[in-house]
Parts: sequence; C-alpha cells; structure tokens
Amino acid sequence: MMMNHSLKNQFNVKPGTLIEGKWHHNQYKIIKELGFGANGIVYLAQFRNQTVALKMSDNGMSVTSEVNVLKSFAKVQGSALGPSLLDVDDWQQRGGQISFYVMEYIQGPDLLTFIQQNGQVWTEVLILQLLNDLHTLHKNGWVFGDLKPDNLIVTGPPARIRCIDVGGTTIQGRAIKEFTEFFDRGYWGLGSRKADPSYDLFAVAMILINISYPKRFNKTSGDLKQLEAMIKGKDELKKYESTLLQALKGNFSSAKEMRTTMLQFNQPQPDHKTRDPKRRQTQTRQSNKSVSRQTYTKKKKKRGLFETALIFIIISLLYMFYIYGQLT
Amino acid sequence: MKTGTLKQILLITDGCSNQGEDPIAMAALAKEQGITVNVIGVMEHDIIDEKGMNEIEGIAMSGGGVSQVVYAKQLSQTVQMVTRKAMTQTLQGVVNRELQQILGGNKKVEDLPPDQRGEVMEVVDELGETVELEVLILVDMSASMKEKLPTVKEALLDLSLSLNARSGDNHFSVFVFPARRKEVEKVLDWTPNLGSLTSIFGKLTTGGITPTGPAIREALTYFKKKRSLRSLFSRDDESFFEESV
Repeated sequence: MMMNHSLKNQFNVKPGTLIEGKWHHNQYKIIKELGFGANGIVYLAQFRNQTVALKMSDNGMSVTSEVNVLKSFAKVQGSALGPSLLDVDDWQQRGGQISFYVMEYIQGPDLLTFIQQNGQVWTEVLILQLLNDLHTLHKNGWVFGDLKPDNLIVTGPPARIRCIDVGGTTIQGRAIKEFTEFFDRGYWGLGSRKADPSYDLFAVAMILINISYPKRFNKTSGDLKQLEAMIKGKDELKKYESTLLQALKGNFSSAKEMRTTMLQFNQPQPDHKTRDPKRRQTQTRQSNKSVSRQTYTKKKKKRGLFETALIFIIISLLYMFYIYGQLT
Repeated sequence: MKTGTLKQILLITDGCSNQGEDPIAMAALAKEQGITVNVIGVMEHDIIDEKGMNEIEGIAMSGGGVSQVVYAKQLSQTVQMVTRKAMTQTLQGVVNRELQQILGGNKKVEDLPPDQRGEVMEVVDELGETVELEVLILVDMSASMKEKLPTVKEALLDLSLSLNARSGDNHFSVFVFPARRKEVEKVLDWTPNLGSLTSIFGKLTTGGITPTGPAIREALTYFKKKRSLRSLFSRDDESFFEESV
C-alpha cells in the first residue's frame, strides 16, 4: 500500500505530458490515469489517431517481465485474454529513465460492475468465455496466476471478457509470480502455489463466489468447509455447487473439463412439482420407443410370412406344372 | 550460469532497537558477507514513529535488501513479496555483473534495447525459480509484538508455502530476540519446511529490550556454522554469490 503511494508521487505524470520513447521515438500524449497497482501505473494516452494504454514502472524488470508474457501471448493464435502489445520503450526525464510499454486500450466496466449493471444472467456467459480463453492459455504452457474480477474487463457489445493485468502470468511448473489472497488456493489451505491449470480454475470458482459476495469475506476456518457453507448460503450459487466444489478441490485437469461440467449441471434446477411431469415425459417417451420397436418386429414377421407363402405358392405352382407335363 | 545459494535475513519488527550495536552497521556487515537483509515493519493502527521508520529503511538499504511497513493484516502477502523481490534484486545484481564482464564498462540491463532486456529477464526468472535459498528469520519478541505473533506465524507458514512452490531448495531457520538471559535464541534449526513452527510459537514469551543489532550480528554466525558443517559432506558447495557480492 505504502509503496504504491510513493510510486504514485514519484511519477505524477500530468495530463497533456508528451512521452517520447528513447529507442523507437514514438510520441504518446497522456490523457488521464487509468489505475495503479503494485507494479506500476497505467495511463490512457493518445498515439496518432488512436487511444492506447501506457504502463509505466520504476521497476524496469517488472515491465520487461510483463512484456515477455504479452509477446508470447501474441504468438498464441486466437487468444483474446490479454491486451495486445504495441510498443516497449524507455522515457528519459529529469529523475532518470522510466521503462514503459504500450498496449491496446481495453474499454469497459470490470466484471463485478458489469454484472451489477446487467444482471446475474451474464455470469454464466462470461465465465464460460473465460474458461475457453484459459483453456487456450493453459494449452500453450502458461497459467494466468492473479485471476480476479478487478483484472477482468467486459468489453462490447457484444459482451466479451478480457484480462488487463498479466503481472501474475507464470510458466507452468514454476511458482506463481503474483496472487491475491482471496483467489489463491494456498491462502485457503487447498493446494500449493505451483503454477498448474487447476490453480487458475480455483480462482475462477472464487470469482463466481465473489460475484455473489461482492465484499468478499475473511478466512475463519480457512478450509473447504467454510467455502462450502458460503456457497450454500446463496441461492444463485446452488446451481454451480457441484462445479464449484470440484474446482475448489482441484479435481478438474483442464478448463475445458470445468466448462463442460458447468454446462451440464447448469440446467435450471426444477423443484419437485416441475420435476414430476418431466419424469413422466421421459417415461412416455421410453414406452413410445418400445412400442415402435415392437410394431417394427411384428411388421418384419408379417413380411416374412408373406414371403414364405409366396415362395410356397410359386414352388407348388411349378410342381403342378411339372406333374401336369408328366401326365400329358 | 552456475547456480549458487542466496542467503537472506528476514527481520520482522515493530519498532526501534534500544540496545547494543547499531543495526544499520550490522546489516552492512551482513551485506559484506553476501547476506541480504530484508526488514518488515509491523504497524498497529496508524502509529509508526519516524525514528522506527528510518531504522527500518536504513537496515534494508545497508543490508542490500527490501523493506516494507505494513499493518499486521497484510503481513502474509508482504512477507512473501519482500522475499521474492529481494531474490530478484540480488539475482539481477549478479546478472548485471556478468553482463559488465561480457560487455565491458558500466553497462547495465537498463542500457540494453528492450528486446534484449527481455532475454536477460528470462534468465533472472529462471534463476529465481531454481536457485537454492537460505532464509534466516529474525523475529522481534519485545512486549509490543505479543498480539502480533499469531499473524507472524501465519505469514511465515505462508512464506514457506510460496517458496516451496519453486523447484529450487529452500532452507529456513527461525530466531527470536531477546531471549531469556541471551540476546538471541534459535527456535527452529535449518529446515525446508516451516510447518513445525505452529507448536513452537505457542510457547514463546515476549518482553524486554530490543537488541536488533546484536541479533543480526549473532544471526550471521549461523550461516557460517551451517556452511562449515555442510562442507564436510560436499566440497563444491562454494557459492558464487558470496564471491561476487
């Protein structure tokens, strides 16, 4: 916290400031501050005719590290999870040299705000989109790491979930670079901090929980029981219960598996009254099926009889002709 | 590049030292021996006096490490972040020196074009993942720390969780100061896992003076002790960080 403030004061780049890169000599005009985090400040900036997002940090290595991630994202076909990278450079000013990179400006509300504005119906759609993107990311050997609603932006229309902070993105098998306690399975005592796909899937489950508990909650017993109780405490989470528990336990080996399970279990849960006719319906459908199969076999039998009779008649006719021939 | 051992002291305190040698000088002494000193100041409410703040920053600066002042609530996240940050900082220093040898002059990573910098960062990342790490944790047990101890314990367990996700080996040991009739006392010998801390922390008593300086000086000798003991088993254990720092 404190560090962020000191960092903020240190830069204090005013709107209208022109930032020119030392290497590529591109000029960016700062429009306003978009936000700041542990690793730097992001500004909205103007470059030629487009608006871009420009991230600065006093720690050059963290800029380089994030740029490395974005560059490898660019190689992944069809991945829309992170912003696309436009430029990397240094800005020389009085205080010395500050590293920055420029990326696509992803515009829209964050996940929680979007759902508050547009309703819970969007939860499922957006989480399914997210799982699809994560699957691509995992297939390419990465784990997102610091997955949380604050890092997820919904652009559109059409609504599309995007990620804006790749600071936690880690190569699979290594230790997670950056995380937020509420979304970290290590914090809840439910697994290690080694980067594997199920680390991200745990975070996805916590995002779903966070949507129902926008203020989050503190660790008490800090185990599966506490989380299970929290899931049971909200009606809208009940339909995801099975998926959530499996994700929290780390049972899913891939985002695709979680996605499939979510789709399966996600049928609106009928109560007893509505479930009955459904059951009856399936029963009648079954009996329909067996009826049709029976008539089919009957028909088949009938046709067989007819064939036998026909053959019998033809043969007896031929035989009669033969006898008749012998007699004359 | 050969991977050696990173050595760190992690000092967790809530105020000023009031006895013995100047802790800032002792931290400088640690740095001379290739040991980084990181400091975490644990705050209560909004109170931290300027003197305490200066000491915390001073120790970390002369110890070549990282310092951070936090509320007890944020301790877990901070402890692991400070340790990781200090590791990267040390490794960056090592890589910088290697670069200077190759490129000559005063070239640093920052002087390379952004593209090449990315490759250097990959090396630093890789080293951070695989390097062997020794962290000696030094916990202030003066009276005012009493209610913060459960949080400190949580944070240390969390630290071992974070670091054990790496593929490199970790060794932790825990010391407290002041101890009964002594300035510093070892409560946990070198171990790869801090799990056993839970039972130990319950028995600890707090109180008395804050001899931060003597505690750091004493802590330094434990790195050496371990080194000499280990050298009985393996001779190629020389750490390059020690030489180059």
